[in-house]
Amino acid sequence: MRTNTGAPGARVLGLGEYQPSNVVTNDDLARRIDTSDEWIRSRVGIRERRIAGADESVVDMAVAAGGKALAASGLSAADVDLVIVATCTQETQIPNASARVADRLGITAPGAYDVNAACAGFCYALSAAGDAVRAGSARNVLVIGAEKLSSWVDWTDRTTCVIFADGAGAAVVGPSDEPGIGPVVWGSAGDRAELIGIADRNSFMAQDGQPVFRWATTALHPVALEACERAGVKPTELAAFVPHQANLRIVEAIARKLGAPQALIARDIETAGNTSAASIPLALARMVGRGELASGDTVLILGFGAGMTYAGQVIEVP
Amino acid sequence: MAYTEQQILEGLGEIVDEIAGVPAAEVTPDKSFVDDLDIDSLSMVEIAVAAQDRFGVEIPDDQLKDLKTVNDVTNYIAKQEASA
Repeated sequence: MRTNTGAPGARVLGLGEYQPSNVVTNDDLARRIDTSDEWIRSRVGIRERRIAGADESVVDMAVAAGGKALAASGLSAADVDLVIVATCTQETQIPNASARVADRLGITAPGAYDVNAACAGFCYALSAAGDAVRAGSARNVLVIGAEKLSSWVDWTDRTTCVIFADGAGAAVVGPSDEPGIGPVVWGSAGDRAELIGIADRNSFMAQDGQPVFRWATTALHPVALEACERAGVKPTELAAFVPHQANLRIVEAIARKLGAPQALIARDIETAGNTSAASIPLALARMVGRGELASGDTVLILGFGAGMTYAGQVIEVP
Repeated sequence: MAYTEQQILEGLGEIVDEIAGVPAAEVTPDKSFVDDLDIDSLSMVEIAVAAQDRFGVEIPDDQLKDLKTVNDVTNYIAKQEASA
């Protein structure tokens, strides 16, 4: 038997993002349910979020973000032979999203699968993509996080509907001589699976906020530190820290324990809400788009959420 | 080493100051965290975690919701320490 020969390293070649056009402010929500701009800002740090239209699907948003990432990478559809979509809010149980996304982008017959690791999904998918390139099972991989959480939220439940939102972010991963995606540090805590979930097809998103907050602010900074350690990058050398945009107070609590005072801390949740698997690539692409990060900068990304699942790695900005 | 209630109160004051920006001097036994010190449920979790780091006493979420005043928390920590 023979085996593949892969690339010496893998790196992100391009990023892309998509947000629906409909902006929903805290005041908009306060007109429909018993909440306020002050309450939402102080508890979760969100000012406004984007909500997809009724006719706009997870696949639509994934296509929009994926197309931009492909364009930014300088590659064409023919160069991509694997598509991975991280999502937990896809409309259909089957077919998966990734095969249709690939088809819509003109990527012919790639390997195509979806990843459900909830809010950690993008980091899981990115790790799988990098490994595939280094193992030689793919040349270039399109990795997308796309979510339409608005479909799964009870819009009368003020503990969840103020938090979750819609959007997509994407990255193209390809071969490189030097590693541009560091070793993933990942894991799960299935004993806490009941803390966040959508129980069945007739249920809404539910989460037990206080224990989730405690878990996120105590269990994750060691993961972040280990991801730096494994990549051989000191926290003080990071240009940015882009954790899952769960709640601004969780973001800030983990950032404080990371010990990277110079690093730019992603605060994309302020205008994007919590978009689960989409939040990291969405935040990262927007930071690059605004010129806050330069090519070659090292960034720590850290996904965490339902499962409970978590994954983090250091990556280099394309 | 067991902490005295006074030491726990002082430590708690420093923690509350750091996490919620409420001056330590205001953290007196009869104050209610929510009603008097304007501390929300998420800050209470952060305070509980910081108190655990400092005093080695875990305050689980189901206990935390019943601890309304500064005195409740001080007593809880002192009692757990005594039984440890």
